[in-house]
Amino acid sequence: MSAPDTLPLAPLVIDRVRVVDPSRGIDADGAVIVAGGRIVAAGPEALNQGRPDGARVIDGAGCVVIPGLVDMRAFVGEPGFDHRETFASASRAAAAGGITTLVTMPDTDPVIDDPALVDFVLRRARDTAVVRIHPMAALTKGQAGQEMTEIGLLKEAGAVGFSSGRSTVTNAQVLRRTLTYARDFDALVCHLPEDPDLRGSGVMNAGDTAVRLGLSGIPAEAESVVLARDLRLARLSGGRYHASAVSTAEAVDLIAWAKDLGIHATAAVPITNLTLNEIDVGAYRTFFKTQPPLRSEDDRRALVEALARGVIDVVVSNHDPQDVETKRQPFAEAADGAIGVETLLSAGLRLVHSGDVPLSRLVDAMSTRPAALLGLEGGTLRPGAPADLALVDLDEPWVLSEADILSRSKNTPYEGARFSGRVCATFVGGRAVFER
Amino acid sequence: MTTPDIKPPGFERPHLLGIDGLTRHEIVDLLDRSEANVLIGRQAQKKGSSLRGRTQINLFFEASTRTQSSFELAGKRLGADVMNMSVAASSVKKGETLIDTAVTLNAMNPDVIVVRHHAAGAVALLAQKVGCSVVNAGDGAHEHPTQALLDALTIRRHKGRIERLTVAICGDILHSRVARSNILLLTALDARVRLVGPSTLIPSAFRDMGLEVTTSMREGLEDADIVMMLRLQRERMQGSLVPSVREYFRYYGLDPEKLAWARPDALVMHPGPMNRGVEIDPAVADGPQSLIREQVEMGVAVRMAVLDAVVNGRGNGGEAGR
Repeated sequence: MSAPDTLPLAPLVIDRVRVVDPSRGIDADGAVIVAGGRIVAAGPEALNQGRPDGARVIDGAGCVVIPGLVDMRAFVGEPGFDHRETFASASRAAAAGGITTLVTMPDTDPVIDDPALVDFVLRRARDTAVVRIHPMAALTKGQAGQEMTEIGLLKEAGAVGFSSGRSTVTNAQVLRRTLTYARDFDALVCHLPEDPDLRGSGVMNAGDTAVRLGLSGIPAEAESVVLARDLRLARLSGGRYHASAVSTAEAVDLIAWAKDLGIHATAAVPITNLTLNEIDVGAYRTFFKTQPPLRSEDDRRALVEALARGVIDVVVSNHDPQDVETKRQPFAEAADGAIGVETLLSAGLRLVHSGDVPLSRLVDAMSTRPAALLGLEGGTLRPGAPADLALVDLDEPWVLSEADILSRSKNTPYEGARFSGRVCATFVGGRAVFER
Repeated sequence: MTTPDIKPPGFERPHLLGIDGLTRHEIVDLLDRSEANVLIGRQAQKKGSSLRGRTQINLFFEASTRTQSSFELAGKRLGADVMNMSVAASSVKKGETLIDTAVTLNAMNPDVIVVRHHAAGAVALLAQKVGCSVVNAGDGAHEHPTQALLDALTIRRHKGRIERLTVAICGDILHSRVARSNILLLTALDARVRLVGPSTLIPSAFRDMGLEVTTSMREGLEDADIVMMLRLQRERMQGSLVPSVREYFRYYGLDPEKLAWARPDALVMHPGPMNRGVEIDPAVADGPQSLIREQVEMGVAVRMAVLDAVVNGRGNGGEAGR
């Protein structure tokens, strides 16, 4: 784990603030007290014991304190693509978005499939990042989909999960054995359900818009066929399966089915698939080209509803920095991917303001639930937990402009978008890593 | 008046195709008969005559150095004429079926055929087609009965008993005929058998059959009297059953640290050939708790007993039957 430096730190009190802590079912006005980098108390009765001496006091009037976000799916360019994003730039952007733990994908160059590389990531992150960085290791060697990685040794080295990244393990026997083996180490197997053959040359959701634009489509079945297979393999093996990014109404039905049967399966949805749809592609705007693709409005609505019900467990940024070279291309030739750590929470708050998703469920899906799935300490304001938290003004109106983006890459689908709600400050281990 | 001596019947079968189906009395009978052969093997004069004039064919469809030479030596010490069928030179390579081979060999009137085959059930199939005794020297991942008998003999000579001993069988259970025969034999003699290995190498059905199964060497070795290691074939890596040799050794390789979790007087066994540094550390393989070399010696003694029993036993009508 990469902890920010731990010089002596004054205690912190955030007063007159709404405290939302899904881990304890708290949503009430109160205060948060932090000392020694950990939560001392958080909630309506937090100040009953008095304030610590010499504390920094922040007036939180009109704001909400939430546990810092835990983003389970972020691509960072280091090593190999430092020009797109480094741990330093990604972590600063994440801090501005209220994220205190960033889980990085292994699809780098080289692929993170060896314990020494996990160690490299942790060292680089410790030296350069302002938020906690936890790497996921590759699910298969070289992400080639043929041989499982050294799940035991990689986990010991610090990998918090095992991800197929942008790729899919097409060989069912390989995935079955990997799930079986991973179970012995209680390792989380994160898989992207996308059949590469059904996707074929597809570049956006199959449907009216694709036909009108003359682009080849990716059918929903590219996702559901693989997901249906995966969930049955999860049942067969007893392993812990997590769908890294789902985008369709069909996927929602499958996950609900699996959960009803007691299969150890969870799913995440990218924030883009909750807040945007295929029509946003408009005139071949490549920043809206993502993996999984933006789907129909019906799919989006089904995902939002599934998030509210808890069928979808987790919301991820699916942060994927791409540079001009890979994005200023004809739509079909441009790379997939959109950045998302800075806008994760603000975009998510749209669903809260629209009344579709309660705030506590959104925070649960962006913080508490992912921390629990990954076995991390964060995601809670429980006394004794690391003081990873974000102070948020739920109603502050703002417009995203490219100049404000901290990420090294600027491929955001939200440029010029209006948001209500913005992170005011972010704390990692009780230390302010971002303040507006 | 004395009560009639109702001794339960010993081993009187024409074939030894597996441990499955043998009674504990048959097993104990074979072990008892092997004991005498151990002494013979340590004498200067080792040659006996119980199979004099008899013909033994070792028919090995799968390469084997130790099992084949052990059966060869066992037959020769009993006075049999032993012929080794070399697979590379045989007509099997030219497309002859297993049954054709059996019928051909049968026409040469052997007294016993010792068979190893890569397919489970092949030895039993062959036994139906020949008129002589058949001994299974390993069929696929099914059974290797003489290995289980020699392991039991080795254990009994050191611990004085089999019953109530805790035996941990560790490693690639999935592909192991040695494990299956040992599980059958040891449970028949009331030992407590534990299976230890990664879930990819232990069929879940063993758990359903009531055996103790664990993925943790620490759990599996705790209070173990016997630690039985199995060979991990390197081909298993390509099959993506385990990720690498170094990870396998880290979690399942028997090194002095892991062996210390077992009872202080625990003994280590391995059917061979060993992969040092994969499933077993050289310090353990060649250490004071290792019985591995002694297992080889017991192998000859057990196979002498088995060959003698199937050829001369009442199951074959005895000497007079021929």
